[in-house]
Amino acid sequence: MTKEWSPRIVAFFCNWCTYTAADLAGVSRLKYAANVRVIRLMCSGRVDPQFILDALRRGADGVLIGGCHPGDCHYVEGNYKMLRRFQLLQRMLRDLGIDERRVRLEWISAAEGEKVKTVINDMTAQIKALGPLAVPGQFAEWDAEVGALAHELRKADTADATPTEVAHA
Amino acid sequence: MDPRFADVRTGFYICHCGHNIASMVDCPAVAHYVAQLPGVTLSRDYKYMCSDPGQELIQKDIKEHNLNRVVVASCSPLLHERTFRNAVAAAGLNPFFFHMVNVREHDSWVHTDRAEATAKAKALARAAIERVARHKALEVKQVPIHPDVLVVGGGIAGIHAALTLANAGKKVYLVEREPSIGGHMAKFDKTFPTLDCAACILTPKMSEVGAHENITLWSYSEVVKMDGYVGNYSVTIKRKPRYVNEDLCTGCQECIAHCVYKEPKFADEFNEGLGRRKPVYIPFPQATPQVTLIDPEVCLNFKRGVVTGKCKQTCVEACGEKQAIDFTQKEELREIKVGTIIVATGFQTFDVRRTPQYGYGRYPNVYTALEVERLVNASGPTAGDVVLRDGRRPKAIGIIHCVGSRDRKTNRWCSRVCCMYSMKLAHLLKEHTEAEIYNFYIDIRAPGKGYEEFYDKLLDEGVHFIRGRVGEVTDWAFIPEEEGKLIIRVEDTLAGVVRRVPVDMVVLATGLEPHGDAQDVRRLFNMSCGSEGFFLERHPKLAPVNTFTDGIFIAGCAQGPRDIPDTVAQAGAAAAEALVLIDKGHIEQEPNTAHVLDDCCGCKSCLPLCPYTAITFDEATKKAVINEALCKGCGTCVGACPSGSITQNLFEDEEVFSEIEGVLAHD
Repeated sequence: MTKEWSPRIVAFFCNWCTYTAADLAGVSRLKYAANVRVIRLMCSGRVDPQFILDALRRGADGVLIGGCHPGDCHYVEGNYKMLRRFQLLQRMLRDLGIDERRVRLEWISAAEGEKVKTVINDMTAQIKALGPLAVPGQFAEWDAEVGALAHELRKADTADATPTEVAHA
Repeated sequence: MDPRFADVRTGFYICHCGHNIASMVDCPAVAHYVAQLPGVTLSRDYKYMCSDPGQELIQKDIKEHNLNRVVVASCSPLLHERTFRNAVAAAGLNPFFFHMVNVREHDSWVHTDRAEATAKAKALARAAIERVARHKALEVKQVPIHPDVLVVGGGIAGIHAALTLANAGKKVYLVEREPSIGGHMAKFDKTFPTLDCAACILTPKMSEVGAHENITLWSYSEVVKMDGYVGNYSVTIKRKPRYVNEDLCTGCQECIAHCVYKEPKFADEFNEGLGRRKPVYIPFPQATPQVTLIDPEVCLNFKRGVVTGKCKQTCVEACGEKQAIDFTQKEELREIKVGTIIVATGFQTFDVRRTPQYGYGRYPNVYTALEVERLVNASGPTAGDVVLRDGRRPKAIGIIHCVGSRDRKTNRWCSRVCCMYSMKLAHLLKEHTEAEIYNFYIDIRAPGKGYEEFYDKLLDEGVHFIRGRVGEVTDWAFIPEEEGKLIIRVEDTLAGVVRRVPVDMVVLATGLEPHGDAQDVRRLFNMSCGSEGFFLERHPKLAPVNTFTDGIFIAGCAQGPRDIPDTVAQAGAAAAEALVLIDKGHIEQEPNTAHVLDDCCGCKSCLPLCPYTAITFDEATKKAVINEALCKGCGTCVGACPSGSITQNLFEDEEVFSEIEGVLAHD
């Protein structure tokens, strides 16, 4: 890699609070790290744990979920339902050996453009300190290991089945 | 070639937005990058995509290049998604084959490194290209709208909005928390800069509200619950007991005259506690409705809200055959159906106890501006005679501006009206007392029709203006001339000296702030508040009376401090926005609803998750069923379904996964 490594963070922001807050941060010309890529959903309740795992699998170094403050959800309580799933997912991530600080849930209201900035900057710095997650690289490593094993097995199989050919000069 | 992109012909457009995007994002480079992505037929950059030529460009390309997907990278979809969907639809393509990329608010405006911002734009664009290939044609749902409107708050904003709608033939419910409508404006003596008598211009509107056949006025009532969605809200309203039957009371006020309390004894809310009222009272002479009410806290017939019957009940006797007084009245809940709601709940004035340095409460002759409004008013506690709390008549008066405004320790915002109302009060006080008037100001803000001229007029009248934020008000005299006076200590920032100005009366020009319960009201109506606590408009420039919840509009000072002309204009705008929805007859709903797929295993996990009870269980098929009419499209059930058997239009799993793939595909 010629370029210096910089974290890649996928964010899922709810349409009503956090996405709007990010718009406000823009309108207010606040400046923050360019590491976060935002995907808009209607509600943080829509965030399927698979989205988070898929993002990590595809090379994200962190995932940020932004929803309305508790009690303020546009859909009454989608954010609570996200919180439930999030707690469970955090335990799974720990078991997978993924530092739980890589996946973060934040309540950011439509008025908190400033918080979008601080959260993104803070999370980017945090993940820079943690270093690359490199799940795809790990997958490649495991694939190579499994591939090598398979190759060995195939070699052993063919050795048993057919007589060894001797090359003639 | 990736089969996902077979038959996909995407047109990509990145907008320069003048320099807004182009200065930080290399737009041609992004267009160039996108051009080689799968499924992309053409890729362009253009100066202003939202302009007519920009939209025509898309439409021409759809026709000439047979595009079946369109992606525009420009500003926030919350701003222009509708614009581009309409443009796409006008060219004959289903509008949901469009996707928008936010490279302005989320990119060019917030980053400082052009290479990084450009890389981010490429990643976001790629995500959209991947996603849009999965889009499906969708139909916009049309739902009928209930034509009735609820207006919350009976100040000038609510009154004007209600009258506008009622005059257009719509049925309006006007709900006011206080016993009478009129709000703050009813308390004002005159209005700036024309010096119109506030009551003279307001009370005709109030009586029109009271008499209007299309307006149901519920004063002394509060909204306690709101359910439903645009076009179909059901609202529960609490009607507090006034112990006087509104339908029977004629407003003759005989009950007040015959109350066992011969003299008014209790602090009068309307006169800011400067006057006195009886336990049975009418808030002010022009109160609408013209109905008395009984204060159970002080009425002898009650103790802790329970009827004791210990009073002779001379009021009941005086009421006679009308039998309007009803001590058994209870709180009532009424449920109404409306299609749209206008929230005009106003403001509260800054609590001056938060600035103890100005001596309010410690020195009797320190007044708030609202108290002075009542003091100079002909129907006020002193019938317009400016007599101080200690019985003296002031010879010198100091008006302190920006109390609870433009102050890092209290409220940071400018309350917009205080300069003007301070000058109005200066004029009125001078007229009433011929005293020397000193205004202590930070800046004079007089931006309005005739406002600067009013300031000039005051300078001509010999009112003094001293530039500087007042440090404190004290009674500690240094010289004999200061004895018995209130001394205003201030740094005169124009002269560069610290002054001590002895006066007899101090007026605090209190700022405007959100109501203490604004957060509760916000939750009730599913709105947002800005950081200072005023209700948040959908867009500060282009949707100033809309909120993020469709069908809920805001007007007046609940949205931010403003003067009466601006409030009335905004109330009219809110009424017009409601009329737009009502007269259209139906609401077009975003088709982002969820539906259950055939492989539902019937685990019922989703049933308790839906806040709208849109999901039911079909015992015959043993599968969950979503009622599309009730679904609001949050997608919570979709995210929670363990078997992935629920899907959400516009946010299908595959669409989101391809977006994830897209944002991470670019280095």
